Amino acid sequence: MTIDLKTVKHISKLSRISIEEEKAKKLSNDLNSIFKFIEKLNELDTSNTEALTSIAETTLKLRKDKIDSINIREDILKNSPDKNKDFFVVPKVVE
Amino acid sequence: MSEITNFKLCDLVDKIKKKELSSKEITEAFINRSQKSTILNSYISDNFDDAINRAKEFDSKPNLNKKIPGIPMAVKDLFCTKNLRTTAGSKILENFIPTYESTVTQNILDQGGIIIGKLNCDEFAMGSSNETSYYGIVQNPISENLVPGGSSGGSSSALAAKLTPATIGTDTGGSIRQPASFTGTVGLKPTYGSCSRYGIVAFASSLDQAGPMTHDVKDCALLLEVMSSYDAKDSTSVDFVRGNYLNDLSDNIKGKKIGIPKEYRVDGMPKEIERLWEKGIKIIKDNGGDIIDISLPNTNYALPTYYIVAPAEASSNLARYDGVKYGFRSKGENLIDMYEKTRSEGFGDEVKRRIMIGTYVLSSGYYDAYYLKAQKVRRLIKNDFDEAYKKVDAILTPSTPSSAFKIGEKLNDPVSMYLNDIFTVPINLAGLPAISLPGGHDINGFPLGLQVIGKAFDEQTILNIAYSIEKNIGYKNNINDWWIK
Repeated sequence: MTIDLKTVKHISKLSRISIEEEKAKKLSNDLNSIFKFIEKLNELDTSNTEALTSIAETTLKLRKDKIDSINIREDILKNSPDKNKDFFVVPKVVE
Repeated sequence: MSEITNFKLCDLVDKIKKKELSSKEITEAFINRSQKSTILNSYISDNFDDAINRAKEFDSKPNLNKKIPGIPMAVKDLFCTKNLRTTAGSKILENFIPTYESTVTQNILDQGGIIIGKLNCDEFAMGSSNETSYYGIVQNPISENLVPGGSSGGSSSALAAKLTPATIGTDTGGSIRQPASFTGTVGLKPTYGSCSRYGIVAFASSLDQAGPMTHDVKDCALLLEVMSSYDAKDSTSVDFVRGNYLNDLSDNIKGKKIGIPKEYRVDGMPKEIERLWEKGIKIIKDNGGDIIDISLPNTNYALPTYYIVAPAEASSNLARYDGVKYGFRSKGENLIDMYEKTRSEGFGDEVKRRIMIGTYVLSSGYYDAYYLKAQKVRRLIKNDFDEAYKKVDAILTPSTPSSAFKIGEKLNDPVSMYLNDIFTVPINLAGLPAISLPGGHDINGFPLGLQVIGKAFDEQTILNIAYSIEKNIGYKNNINDWWIK
């Protein structure tokens, strides 16, 4: 399996990371060498093995849904790259 | 002042408790040395002025019942610190000021610690040499132009250079143990679920663990006690009875069964590492431990598994960096264009590479072939350890397959860089605790480490075995302060 330029561009789109043409080429080489390395896993027969999704195989604990941080709106908005009053601002999405 | 920075964590705690030194004296000593050591680039941000004020405040009404009363400490810049910039080594978080404190740093503060600064690391902890940080490469105090390891490279550098008496790192695939090994210091990755992940900038959530990095095993036991706690804010935090790691520290390992996995003898490993391993085995035998040959047959599949699981989780965790609520934003013609440019300019090459690997292995049509396959192999790797622990109490291996390498040496070959973590990655996949301690030097005089791997939640046993090895191996760091003019 090889990752060609077209695939790199597709992944870049899915990842929401724009990528220049020349960098895409280098990336395709890097990804190919990494995937060659990853494909070693195909040597193993795992048809009867159950997937391990988390090492803590317990039911996740629930906690009370109560508010414990109050009056932090201003602090949170301070980190925003663009804001207007109490809102985050993004480029126009609705015409 | 200079001699204060030579004291280890436990010695400093002792001196504060006996009132031989004040918090201000200690804090100023480490700050002064840090200011003379900017060449190392260990820090991303400092908190010096605030720290001195806090030290004075401590001295005015010292509470000596704390575990680390009035002790200054610089921490990896992956821990969110309230009102103190937290960058994760990335441009995308260059101006991020957390509104909350990570549980682990809160535990440090609650036990009397004083944060003196935030230490450099690979961007989002993705790297094994601290060369991927947006804030520049970090020098290893052992020798000029040598990498300090990664991702906790600022932590290992600052600790070995005595800019902080102890520090904390995070370890997703070896990011505490490998830098500890490269700098002749001690680093412990606790059992998954031991230290809260709340407030740690997430990389791969099923693998990430915070842990102590110190000059010796005693300090390591103390700092682990401070850090480890059950935390409702981390859904994978485990509510078990934490040990009195320092109080129960003992070099008596009589009757302990220690496994030696044959799969860790890899081709091309330097002879000094082989010899160091033998030395460790001999010390264990001399101290009454039993050495038992074991097999961890799926060891060779750990790295390929890791390079599916970790990027997959990272691609999901890093989806939050969209330039809207916090962090860097680039201008775009529309919303999507803004996202794409923000992420392209805000992330470095290694991070982008891993996000794209992760996106690919999770994408439609490839999920079963890669991600699901990796999760199944992860089970096999964990089963290997479960089998081994029916026969042994702990496992002894080298920490890394080589000593520290030169800056730039492996930067253009991602796979060769990844191979650094061959002995540390399986432990994260299995969620186990492991400690790296220095044991010797290679032909260049660069430090080499031994790794003791334990059963889940049995940090005490690996601390004790490491303590016993440390007492007998006679390791000493030769650091000549070359960077101080």
